[in-house]
Order: sequence, then C-alpha cells, then structure tokens
Amino acid sequence: MAMTGILRPGHVQLRVMDIDEALTHYCDNMGLIETDRDDQGRVYLKCWDEHDKFSVVLEPSDRAGMDHMAFKVKSEQDLWHFESNVKNFGIETKRIEAGDLKGCGERVRFVSPSGHTFELFAEKEQVGNGLPTTNPAPWPEDIKGMKAIRFDHCLLYGNDHDENIRFFTEALEFELAEQVVDGDVQVAAFLTCSTKAHDIAFIRSEEAGKLHHASFLLGSWEQVLHAADIISMKDIPLDVGPTRHGLTRGMTIYYFDPSGNRNEVFAEDSYRYPDSPVLTWTTDNLGQAIFYHSRTLVDSFMGVTS
Amino acid sequence: MTFTVTIINTGETYICRETQHLLAGMVQLGKKGIPVGCRSGGCGVCKVKIIFGDYKAKKMSRDHVTEQEESDDIVLACRVFPQSDLTLEVIGKLNKAVNS
Repeated sequence: MAMTGILRPGHVQLRVMDIDEALTHYCDNMGLIETDRDDQGRVYLKCWDEHDKFSVVLEPSDRAGMDHMAFKVKSEQDLWHFESNVKNFGIETKRIEAGDLKGCGERVRFVSPSGHTFELFAEKEQVGNGLPTTNPAPWPEDIKGMKAIRFDHCLLYGNDHDENIRFFTEALEFELAEQVVDGDVQVAAFLTCSTKAHDIAFIRSEEAGKLHHASFLLGSWEQVLHAADIISMKDIPLDVGPTRHGLTRGMTIYYFDPSGNRNEVFAEDSYRYPDSPVLTWTTDNLGQAIFYHSRTLVDSFMGVTS
Repeated sequence: MTFTVTIINTGETYICRETQHLLAGMVQLGKKGIPVGCRSGGCGVCKVKIIFGDYKAKKMSRDHVTEQEESDDIVLACRVFPQSDLTLEVIGKLNKAVNS
C-alpha cells in the first residue's frame, strides 16, 4: 500500500509547569533526546528511532495540557489539499511561518470540533536516528530509561464527538479502525492515517479540548515491565498497568509526567489495512475493552485529564 | 516530623510526614477521602480547602487553582506538604467521562 496524504503524528506540544522536572522525566526516565531550545523557553525532544528533529515540544506554562498536536503530510501539495478540505468543512485555518518551531516548515493550524488545536506540516529537518543508513545496527547505545522508540499517538477527550469524527474522516481522510458504542451512540473512536491500530483516538466528553494521554511505543511486553520498574524506582505517579487493552490489543502502562499530563508506553498492538473491518466494543463490556485482564474500570483512568 | 491530617467531610484522619504530599500520605496508609488523580498538580481532582494548619505548596495548574483560590487556602492536595496538623475539606471530584 502506498502511504499518501497525512503520514503520521509529527509532534505534540505539551504544557509543563517546571521545565527541569519535565526534562528529567522525558529524557532521563523515558529516554527521549533533547535536540534544541528556543527563545520562548520551549525544549525540543525526539525518541531515538525518529529521523525528524523533534516529536515532543515542552512549553513552560502555568498549567498542564496539550497546546497542539501536529501531523506530518507527505508533500507541500498535500498541505494545500488538506488546508482546502478543512476550509471546505467550514473550519478556519491559519498559516504559521516556517521556523516558528525550529527546524519545522510552514504549519497549517486549525481547531477541531472537539476543541483541540491541530496542525499539519510537510517539512521538518531530519537529524537521523543515531544509526548509519548503510549497514545500520539494530539500536543505538546510551539510550536512557524506558528507551521509548517513537511518539505514537494521543487519546483526547472532546465534545461535539460525532461532528469531530466526521471532520477527521471526511476532511483529514482518517479511517475508523476501532470503536466503542453504547447502542447507537459512539463513545470512543480509534482513527488511523496509516496501518497503525490508531494514530489518534477520541472519547466523547462534555469537556472540550482535553488530553487523556500522549503515547510512546516500546518494543515488547518485557520492555513494558522494564518501564514499570522505572516508574516505581523513580517515584513516577502510576495510573494503571502493566496490563493489556482489549481495544487495539496493546500491552500498556500509564503514568503521569511531573505536571500531570498522562503518558502511556505500550507494545505489540494490532494493525489495520484499508480493507480491514471496523472492530466494535460495546459499553456493557467496557471493563474488558479497556483493561482486558482485570475487566474493571479505574476512576482515575476514566475521569482524569489535563 | 509527622502530622495528623483530618478530612472533615468523612471524619477520616491519617498521619502524613512533612516530606510527603497530602495524597501520598493518605494512599500509603490505604486511607480514602480525597480523590486521587495525576498527583502532579495538573488534573485538579484532589482540590481541597485547608481549614486549619500550616503547609507549603508547590506549583499548581492555573486551570484548577486561581490566584484568589490559592490565597484563600484552596489548593491541590498532591502539591501540599504539611507543616503542622491540618484539617481540610474536600472540594474536588472525579468526572465520569463515559456514561453507560
């Protein structure tokens, strides 16, 4: 399958209340690598197996949460195409000049019906993954902590859910991979722009614009357990796990950064092709859909966002 | 130093060290009463009003605690370290995001 249009989540900009504590968390404990800083105090990070200059931007703030999430598109032509789609859907867009985020090309910004700010961009400086492109080793040495491989997806809580999913599938050309329904009402949608089980997910909520978690890929269940050890060793507030999700099949653990933004690290989830059927879970089985082993909902996991 | 924390909503009391935030002290002893969320000052579910007692507080998200509230001793329990015995009232609650 040729991958076109929107390629992947390019980066997430997270608000943090103490930049030094945040750097200890994301770099020393999770294994991200600092690649740059700017005069607004923002710090740019990447996971080891990403070639682009950054996938996480930490923004000093007096509150927690997600400033925006950005997707990378394949070409400038795609940028024009999706900008036009968003406008035709009736949503305003704004161009942000190249270099506003260091090393990133021009960005198209808009607010989704769920109340989140999203951006699209076509160009980002590539700095490599620490390995040669000829005869590469399987992994670089000296990666710290959990050794997160890549920024993978976000799960967001937003309102105007049905319109938001219509926006993502019609204007941004995502596909529905998996969902949770309560009768005729969709309460959760896992959307993909690739062959991943999800590139973004939304939960129907009364509150607009909230972050449930920003998620990072690990290589195996054993690495999820290794992450769990680090969470206890480093006194990181644990939310849930290690366990397996019914939804997406991923093996997972959830915890919070020092500003209260929830993170996930996970491994070995499912995949999807354009001809795959949509997978559906029902709310009368919600416990098993979310936590496959305990089959019990956890209040903090369901109710806490930033 | 250890101090006694009293939750007036439930009458629950527990011991908390001055080096522990109020939620850590509560959870470690298996006590309940204050909702537990991110434990990092970001989500706001553990919002309490300190009725009596002295404390030190770390930075809390302005989405959940305004400057006025902070000066009125309305704080997030996960950012508060006791400096004396404390009495508090629980204000925060967990949202039920998915109703089924």
